[in-house]
Amino acid sequence: MTAAATTHLADNTLLEVERLTMRFGGLVAINDVSFSARSRQITGVIGPNGAGKTTLFNCITGFYKPTVGRLLLRGPGGQPFMLERMDGFRIGQKAKVARTFQNIRLFPGMSVLENLMVAQHNKLMHASGWTVLGLLGLPVYRHAEEAARDLAVSWLERIKLIHVADEPAGSLPYGDQRRLEIARAMCTEPVLLCLDEPAAGLNPKESAELSALLLSIRDEFGIGLLLIEHDMSVVMGISDHIVVLDYGSKISDGSPLEVRNDPAVIRAYLGEDEKE
Amino acid sequence: MTDVTQGRNHRAADTGPAAPNPYVESLKEALFTAVLVFLLGFLMVGYQTEVLQGKQMSYVTRYADVAWAVALMSAGRFLLTLTRFDRTLPALILGGLACLYLFGAGVIGVLELPIYESLFVTPDPLQPDTLPFEQPMVNVIFGLGALFVFAASARTRRRKTVGGQTIEVREAAEARQASFARNFSGILGPILIVLALVIPMKPWGDRQLVDSLVLVMTYVMLGWGLNIVVGLAGLLDLGYVAFYAVGAYTYGKLSTTLGLNFWESLPLAGAMAATFGIALGFPVLRLRGDYLAIVTLGFGEIIRLILINWQAFTGGPNGIGNIAKIDFFGIPFERNPAEGTMAFHTLFGLEFSTTQRVVFLYYVIIGLALITNFVTIRLRKMPIGRAWEALREDETACRALGINPTNTKLTAFAIGAMFAGFAGSFFATRQGFISPESFTFIESAVILAIVVLGGMGSQVGVAVAALLLIGLPEVLRELSLYRMLVFGGVMVLIMLLRPKGLLSYRVPTILYKDRKKKVMAPTPGAAQ
Repeated sequence: MTAAATTHLADNTLLEVERLTMRFGGLVAINDVSFSARSRQITGVIGPNGAGKTTLFNCITGFYKPTVGRLLLRGPGGQPFMLERMDGFRIGQKAKVARTFQNIRLFPGMSVLENLMVAQHNKLMHASGWTVLGLLGLPVYRHAEEAARDLAVSWLERIKLIHVADEPAGSLPYGDQRRLEIARAMCTEPVLLCLDEPAAGLNPKESAELSALLLSIRDEFGIGLLLIEHDMSVVMGISDHIVVLDYGSKISDGSPLEVRNDPAVIRAYLGEDEKE
Repeated sequence: MTDVTQGRNHRAADTGPAAPNPYVESLKEALFTAVLVFLLGFLMVGYQTEVLQGKQMSYVTRYADVAWAVALMSAGRFLLTLTRFDRTLPALILGGLACLYLFGAGVIGVLELPIYESLFVTPDPLQPDTLPFEQPMVNVIFGLGALFVFAASARTRRRKTVGGQTIEVREAAEARQASFARNFSGILGPILIVLALVIPMKPWGDRQLVDSLVLVMTYVMLGWGLNIVVGLAGLLDLGYVAFYAVGAYTYGKLSTTLGLNFWESLPLAGAMAATFGIALGFPVLRLRGDYLAIVTLGFGEIIRLILINWQAFTGGPNGIGNIAKIDFFGIPFERNPAEGTMAFHTLFGLEFSTTQRVVFLYYVIIGLALITNFVTIRLRKMPIGRAWEALREDETACRALGINPTNTKLTAFAIGAMFAGFAGSFFATRQGFISPESFTFIESAVILAIVVLGGMGSQVGVAVAALLLIGLPEVLRELSLYRMLVFGGVMVLIMLLRPKGLLSYRVPTILYKDRKKKVMAPTPGAAQ
């Protein structure tokens, strides 16, 4: 693993997390974690509460600067990005990593359709000549906006929210907001989609729909998904590969079946035997 | 549980020993109010200092006014408390009658109609008049207080019959208000524009009216400019007047040193203000909310202090005088133009009049304001405008979507500042003289008040608010002493009745439904 000190990624590896450590003062939130995620795969990240899963996401998406370690991503054109050195918003803009949040973060006062239009900001800014050409009403921009809107509408149809396209996003029921947030992330046309507990607060039927949606995203767009989830039926059902964290350290890594039978994982979730 | 059953519970509980008796409770409240009003009003209302001709300072007493104020206020409190216990009838009747009497009679007195003397003033000077207060305006204000009591009781009564104030009811009410604001703005906007365009015409327009309207329109423009920063991008800017000052001083200096005229300086003043906006914005826009507000407040003061202290460049407290007046695209408004040049009145074969310049100034500011409005409306539908609004809603989410928050905020700041710069150079050419006194914090506060009062993000609302906030004090000038009191009362009323601003609503920048119609329409034609 240490031999990969070059910026070269193995053939189908999308994200390479190398010896990642994140400290907040004396607290070690992530301790020397390494794993990799691939395109066309759903990589599940599980672990008990406070294991450092969301911190890991915040490092990958640039909200935190990792203390030590390397995050290597194969960008949209195949070129590598060193995420640990990039500004937060550039990870979304250039490296095309999108994410959703544990506590939904939509733009509640804007309409559902507008939420998806905002997600295509960089593309549209470019087409509007940084607003100048757009203000003049040139056809270049008009066509780009039409295309952006068609993309947004196709996503709304896919997540079955087209009937509320003009309603404020904040007025939607909880489950719809979750789906909208995923659609919004997908509208940025990412190579890696990070989902932070997308099934939290959903009923079994909605969870099943969500699983189907995530699988269809994986197969249709060929992107990699990174999934934090507590709902084991979802994670075990759709993940191709699972990483288990506990107290900031990786304790297991493998297929769902391997992880499920790993004694270390069982210990982390159910506690140590008292007799020892 | 609805309010109706709650009300019944109240009444049932009243018979029990533990329940508070509404009359006793209301009496307590009323007594407390009486003491409070007495303490507050005894010295301020009870005594008035007066300098009698050639004598020492003296004072007159107004004990009767204090007594009336205490009595009326505690009566109002009593009735309002009763309303809380669902006894609305006394408040409805007494409040209504008191309002009719005080307000009606007061207004007659303020207007100085002859009936006022014969009806409400007793001929014997020793006998008290039939209205509680000698000044008719004070009666009007107490009449408004009675109206408030009446309205509160009416509202409680209606709510009782309609059913409880549930979340759904409130949301529906808000939606109704928003759609009303939207429809109303749609009608009011064009009417206001047409009205603004024809008002200086002969039969109505006099010079004083047009002059006042120029002032109002300047604030409309400033309000629209600040609306980009505060209403769209959600950045609380308390130092907006600094950019106004930069624009004014840029034109002042360019005019007095380089001799540039207004039209040549206008773009430069805008560019200068925008540069200042970027220079300020760059270091501070990583701050959010209150912190940003404090820093912008400080920036406004820094600019003003520089203007006062940099004597050599800005003229210090004396300001800059002799700034060139506006010209008609190079042709001056002068009675006797220099040899071999044309003046406006000779060019158009008109009689010379100073009103011509005022009217031209008026149309210039209307034009500038409408450009501000038009650009804002366009920008809102651009990706940058959507990013502004998204940033206002959730900055973290914007980052995750790859939107550069710093640049996005900077553009909002710079564009807002640019329009302030335009308005500033207009101010300089209108006054002919500028000094730091015109750019104090209170100006920033007034512009912000216009935006908030109008309903953040609402263009028509801002125009109406500017008309109210700047125009009302001008109209009320005749009330002299009570001007600001009435003004404050109107502000409080607006905030009570429309807490989100006069006309606040939001139309999505892009609609799905509309387009569907457009797409559906050509289908029958396609079959041909």
